[in-house]
Amino acid sequence: MLSGVATARPIVDAIGIHKHFGALHVLKGVDLVVSERELVFVIGPSGSGKSTLLRCCNRLETPSSGSVMVDGIDLLDRRTDINLARQRIGMVFQQFNLYPHMTARGNVTLALRKVAGKSRAEADELADAALARVGLAEKAEAYPLELSGGQQQRVAIARAIALEPRVMLFDEPTSALDPELVGGVLAVMRSLREAGMTMVVVSHEMAFARAAADRVVFMDHGVIVEQGTPAQVFGAPQQERTRAFLRQLDH
Amino acid sequence: MTDWDRFVFTFFNWKVMAEYLPKIVEGFILTVELALLIVVSGLALGLALAVIRSFGIRPLNWLIVFVVDLFRALPPLVIIVLIYFGLPSLGPAPSGFVSTWISLTLVLAAFAEEIVWGGILAVPKGQWEAARSTGLGFTATLTHVVLPQALRICIPPLTNRTIAITKGTALGSVVAVAEILSVASGAVAFSSNPSPLTLGAIAYLILFIPVVAFGRWVETRFAWKR
Repeated sequence: MLSGVATARPIVDAIGIHKHFGALHVLKGVDLVVSERELVFVIGPSGSGKSTLLRCCNRLETPSSGSVMVDGIDLLDRRTDINLARQRIGMVFQQFNLYPHMTARGNVTLALRKVAGKSRAEADELADAALARVGLAEKAEAYPLELSGGQQQRVAIARAIALEPRVMLFDEPTSALDPELVGGVLAVMRSLREAGMTMVVVSHEMAFARAAADRVVFMDHGVIVEQGTPAQVFGAPQQERTRAFLRQLDH
Repeated sequence: MTDWDRFVFTFFNWKVMAEYLPKIVEGFILTVELALLIVVSGLALGLALAVIRSFGIRPLNWLIVFVVDLFRALPPLVIIVLIYFGLPSLGPAPSGFVSTWISLTLVLAAFAEEIVWGGILAVPKGQWEAARSTGLGFTATLTHVVLPQALRICIPPLTNRTIAITKGTALGSVVAVAEILSVASGAVAFSSNPSPLTLGAIAYLILFIPVVAFGRWVETRFAWKR
């Protein structure tokens, strides 16, 4: 270690991740290290293991082997209180997964009250602030079925950021949206980025990746094939598999 | 005497009905008590079993499935008779009322468990994942996210089953429970006139139409807000 230069501890430090689903070997030794304030974009064909990798970062999937540290907490240690750890890890899903029996505010306050132990008044206040951040302050009383897909996804983002996570995981956040609704969600993600949020994004929004990502990771068949800045990966890919994937996207 | 007069004399004989009305009212009250006990304990037990089953403790779940299948397969009358006539040889000798209560509670609990369990399974996996990803534990997720949705799905089939099984209180007449049917058929024997049965039928309607209406109200009250 060089003296005097303290290397900042990475927020996500996943090393040597393997994941088997029965006979299927989905992740074959993947390392994903994400620094504070970094926005890492994970791309790759479907079935490449990118969503599984993301889900290993909050232990929605438990890796078959490897280690996952998030903000210094060992997620795979039996002694770790996973519910406590997950408060620091926000996740946004492709299908939004809002609770249909609760209003937008209710969706955001549930974990604040039941996990973070806030009073109803405190939770309501934090929820309204989070909803305002995603531009939906006036929709606090609306039920998910009364909202468009884009609005639902923004409520889902509010639900995650209200817990003030150290990192946000996005699992194809715009894939289930009509094209005209994508922009609103990406705008919210951009504002999070500008506020300094550490983010890992699995997505096919290449234009957004080019504009906003610090690093692009290309995965295929359970391994990281190539990674680098957007300019490197999109502009001058080194691997043939990366080139083939990017060519396909252009068509 | 015309056919009509004979019909009225047989089934709507006011004199006989007036005479046995107090008896039928007693039977009605007893039936209401029995029905309430069955509904409350049957639904509570069924819900509890479904919740326990969701924790996925293997040997316990085998037991639950076995017991549930048993009580869904056996005719309620067989269970009542077994408890009332069979149990005393093992020691406890429950009354006809208690035998009927226990039997129908077990039957209702078995069906309710299956219905609620089906409802829990019908809640998308993404609901669990979203809740767990915010740090909610298994029990909190089940309580606040999954069960409220599962129960909404369950209300129509649960109402149907509850009504169907609660009507089985009439089976108590076999083991000397003085419920509506038992009292009515006794009155028929004494008066040699079937009119008390008409009273009994009216008593059942008075008892169950509000239950059916309540079920409908619950269905609309808890329907998704759209």
